[in-house]
Amino acid sequence: MAVRGTIVGIDSPEALEKALRAAYYLADEGLATAAYLGLALGKPLLLEGAPGVGKTEAAKAIAAVLGRRLIRLQCYEGIDASAALYEWNYPRQMLAIRQAGEESIDIFGETFLIERPMLAALRAPDSAVLLIDEIDRADQEFEAFLLEFLSDFQISIPERGTVRAAERPVVVLTSNRTRDLHEALRRRCVYHWIDYPTAEREARIVMMRASSVAEQTARAVVAAVGKLRREPLSKAPGIAEAVDWAEAATLLNKGGARWPDAFKRSIGVALKDEEDLHFIAPKLDALIAEAAA
Amino acid sequence: MNDELQLPRAARIFVSFVTLLRSNGFSIAPDQTTAFLAAIELLGPRSLEHIRRAGLATLAPPPERRATYDRLFDLHFRGSEAIEHAEGEDEETVRLQEEGRGEDEPPLSDEANESGLAAARGEALVERRFAQLSTSDALRRLSREASARLPRRRGHRRMRARRGPFTDLRRTLRDSVRSDGEVLRLGQLRRRLRPRKLLLLIDVSGSMKARTEENMRLAHGLLQAVHTAEVFTFGTRLTRVTRPLRLKRCEQALTAAAHLVSDWDGGTRIGDALQAFLAVPRFGGYARGAAVIIVSDGLERGDVSALRDAVAKLSRRAWRLSWLTPLATGPGFQPQTEALIAIQRFVDDLLDGGSSAAVVSHLLSLGRKVA
Repeated sequence: MAVRGTIVGIDSPEALEKALRAAYYLADEGLATAAYLGLALGKPLLLEGAPGVGKTEAAKAIAAVLGRRLIRLQCYEGIDASAALYEWNYPRQMLAIRQAGEESIDIFGETFLIERPMLAALRAPDSAVLLIDEIDRADQEFEAFLLEFLSDFQISIPERGTVRAAERPVVVLTSNRTRDLHEALRRRCVYHWIDYPTAEREARIVMMRASSVAEQTARAVVAAVGKLRREPLSKAPGIAEAVDWAEAATLLNKGGARWPDAFKRSIGVALKDEEDLHFIAPKLDALIAEAAA
Repeated sequence: MNDELQLPRAARIFVSFVTLLRSNGFSIAPDQTTAFLAAIELLGPRSLEHIRRAGLATLAPPPERRATYDRLFDLHFRGSEAIEHAEGEDEETVRLQEEGRGEDEPPLSDEANESGLAAARGEALVERRFAQLSTSDALRRLSREASARLPRRRGHRRMRARRGPFTDLRRTLRDSVRSDGEVLRLGQLRRRLRPRKLLLLIDVSGSMKARTEENMRLAHGLLQAVHTAEVFTFGTRLTRVTRPLRLKRCEQALTAAAHLVSDWDGGTRIGDALQAFLAVPRFGGYARGAAVIIVSDGLERGDVSALRDAVAKLSRRAWRLSWLTPLATGPGFQPQTEALIAIQRFVDDLLDGGSSAAVVSHLLSLGRKVA
């Protein structure tokens, strides 16, 4: 197993956790360990979890810690090679052929190649972090293709030959688990399931993310969100929603709304489904009062 | 070669932990073991917690089986006793909240069997055999026509076509090189069609007893024919049976599914079952943009509001929602039960599901329908 050399100044999960905190991301021990192992072993990091627990944010924070550019590939149903790897700039090629006239010209040169995220990451492995976001949305074919990419880190372009990464690039994959990923993909990665944070940690996250929010507000919001997550809602509020809710309520409060009322009026940033709102409406007063206590 | 490679003593306990996990149904590849060892080395390890986390990260136990993993870990490294060998709640089964009603009412099929005459029984047997024959016919038809007539959706990828809305720049350029850069013919592309997701929800409660086996056979046939289908059973529980039914041989698949489903021929709470289905995000996602087919008699006991809400929600998520009930026998079928009347305006089709042939012909007609 090829263990990569030292990563600048980070020699333990605790050191990584500290560095992530400096990048405004509070990771728990499990995530810090998995991320550290991924970096040190040169394996991709696969993060799964409910929507809004901070999977994408984790990738951004890792890129910030390493001082690298984040290249993001958003997956969707039907994503294909020309969106993920590379594409030829056909209009430009056509113009070049016209202009060249009788002279011979190489239309598969660098100037005609449009880099897409995966190729870009491959060609600059030491200055980029590749984020393959919501891999569960892509079709299984793309997943199979990814398998090849993640084990060899090479791409072959028929017209030019194979592009191989000089070193293993840092890759983070995220999934909402709307479907099971293939075992083979999980196997190639270092895996971490991100759960909703503890109330304590979530309150710290809210305060870190939204500096205008008072501690008491943050705790109340976190308590309320915690209760909402236990209700049978079609979309439970994530961390991002908690942050938004705290900020929105603070904003309304500054505008003159009284406290419990400010929470109640800004519920729309936490729950974004008409049925969920309808369902929770009768319980909302009690829930907020309880949380604010 | 008699001096075989020996594991270092210190590594043995970790490798044997992996073996223990495997024997408990975790699938772990050899290179994951290697990564596990490398991870332990990297982390120090300074405490047992480090080893646990290294295992979580590299051996990747699925989140639902995390508790089992932890228990095995404690058993192996801490030697703690009183470990229950029973597996935790299976990931694919969602238990509905027990409310203690409807449970002990007798299943409807028993009531229907009024006459105890031997002749009647004999007739039933004949009918059964006949039904099976037509089932196999229906299945054969399904596998033959599935690829052409099941619903499809427009994919994102393009394919070359004689005529289409997009220009194939790549091909046009290639061709033009042959003619000194002169474009003689524009290549064209169109969207490729892909099989649409199918979601089959089968009622396995007592009142559907007579149909259950054939419905399961049908589900098996469907899963063999298309890879985009998902199958669930519901009664008092909701169970995902897609995985066992993917097995090739029908008998084997049905046996495997039978082990998984524990609420055969029991009571029904359709509303609660569908609510439970929608509440699990992973399951709910299967319905999005899918052709959803529910095979159930819709005999809901008590309050129908849960059922109505669930069906309304499902219909908004689905591409097309079909409810196939054995009660609907003719083309002019008008629902009589409260439950079916309640959901009537949310479903796209309310049709006959009384025989395999009817279900199959509905499935195969979906390809021509629009949402």
